[in-house]
Amino acid sequence: MSLSHAFFAIIRRDLVLALRRRSEIANPLLFFVLVITLFPLGIGAQPHLLQAIAPGIIWVSALLAAMLSLDSLFRSDFDDGSLEQILLSPHPTSILVLGKIIAHWLVTGLPLLMVAPLLAVLLGMPSQSLGILLLTLLLGTPVLSLIGAIGVALTVGLRRGGMILSLLVLPLYVPVLIFAGNAVEMAGSGLPVDAQINILISILFMALVLAPWPTAAALKMSIN
Amino acid sequence: MQEKSTYRLQGSDLSCIRDDRVLFEALSFDLVSGQVLLLEGKNGSGKTSLLRILCGFREPDAGQVLWCGDAINDSQYHADMAYVGHLDGVKKELTVLENLKVSLALGRSGQYSIAQALAKVQLADYDDVLVQALSAGQKRRLSLARLLITHNTVWILDEPFTSLDKQGIALIETLMAEHCASGGMIVLTSHHDIELHGVDVQRISLS
Repeated sequence: MSLSHAFFAIIRRDLVLALRRRSEIANPLLFFVLVITLFPLGIGAQPHLLQAIAPGIIWVSALLAAMLSLDSLFRSDFDDGSLEQILLSPHPTSILVLGKIIAHWLVTGLPLLMVAPLLAVLLGMPSQSLGILLLTLLLGTPVLSLIGAIGVALTVGLRRGGMILSLLVLPLYVPVLIFAGNAVEMAGSGLPVDAQINILISILFMALVLAPWPTAAALKMSIN
Repeated sequence: MQEKSTYRLQGSDLSCIRDDRVLFEALSFDLVSGQVLLLEGKNGSGKTSLLRILCGFREPDAGQVLWCGDAINDSQYHADMAYVGHLDGVKKELTVLENLKVSLALGRSGQYSIAQALAKVQLADYDDVLVQALSAGQKRRLSLARLLITHNTVWILDEPFTSLDKQGIALIETLMAEHCASGGMIVLTSHHDIELHGVDVQRISLS
């Protein structure tokens, strides 16, 4: 009946769906873990090098894992007609879409946060930067879902949208990567990182407010 | 219950061009509460395109659709209409009941409760069954149950009788007649000859 009821109903629906198709949660997470574990094997016995590039490895892997999971955001709803029903709802589409994005982040972004500390230890990251790594992932991964949603909404109607999606979305991920990677690196050398964190917070709020509108508009174009 | 207020759906001079092919042009109709508009025509004649224009998914290439005198995007139209397309719009991993609860949350509650609507479409004992275990005809009846639980005046139905058996068709015809009798209106495409007694049916033939 009310908008908040519809918003939570969408989140609950997507969480139940994710629980019933577990591969959706497992795939990006496994990919994230596998890519990170491959680096020590590829680089060999050079712990200092590994330690130095650890923030970059973790963040680039998180970016790629987020990209991999994006397609599932609207694909099944587009294929079975549920998306049409969501767009026909008298409630504002942007709010319903925000619900879907939040559910998607809970399913694909949050698990990365849980395994990241373990992987950071594996790469020999100094313990004083662990907290900052988690903070940047907490602030940054929702931005990846929000920005990615615009790209998926634009390409969901295309039969082979995967390549275009990466070209559209990856450049927009670069600011998050720069500030988050930099913050973790500086924290490792004991320097203050307030500026980077503040910028990440502002990027998150901007994406939270600005991303749902173009996503809703792009979905309307895609189902045309 | 809605007898007092009459609603009116008008299309004026609508045309639709797809890939440089004119599907229809200068198409007009005027539909009021209690009436049914049946679109006829061969495959590819633009029936579904017209329905999608009436849903607001597509802009007509010329002309406009009016709801009670206002353009559909500026009016309460989307709160008053419901659409069942060729895609059922139900999630196969959810149960019948969960699907209807989501539909209900997305709209406004209507004439019937979920249990009543399921009884009406003869799916009463299926509420805890996953949709993927239903037959095609049962899925269709489930997506039509959505029309009953949400508040709406206009039903837009794209081939609603697909994969229904004779009994199912008769059932949907009864529901359609009831909807018109209570002041609703229906736009549909169908290859079947529909039998609606005591309902004013307009026909448009697209060719």
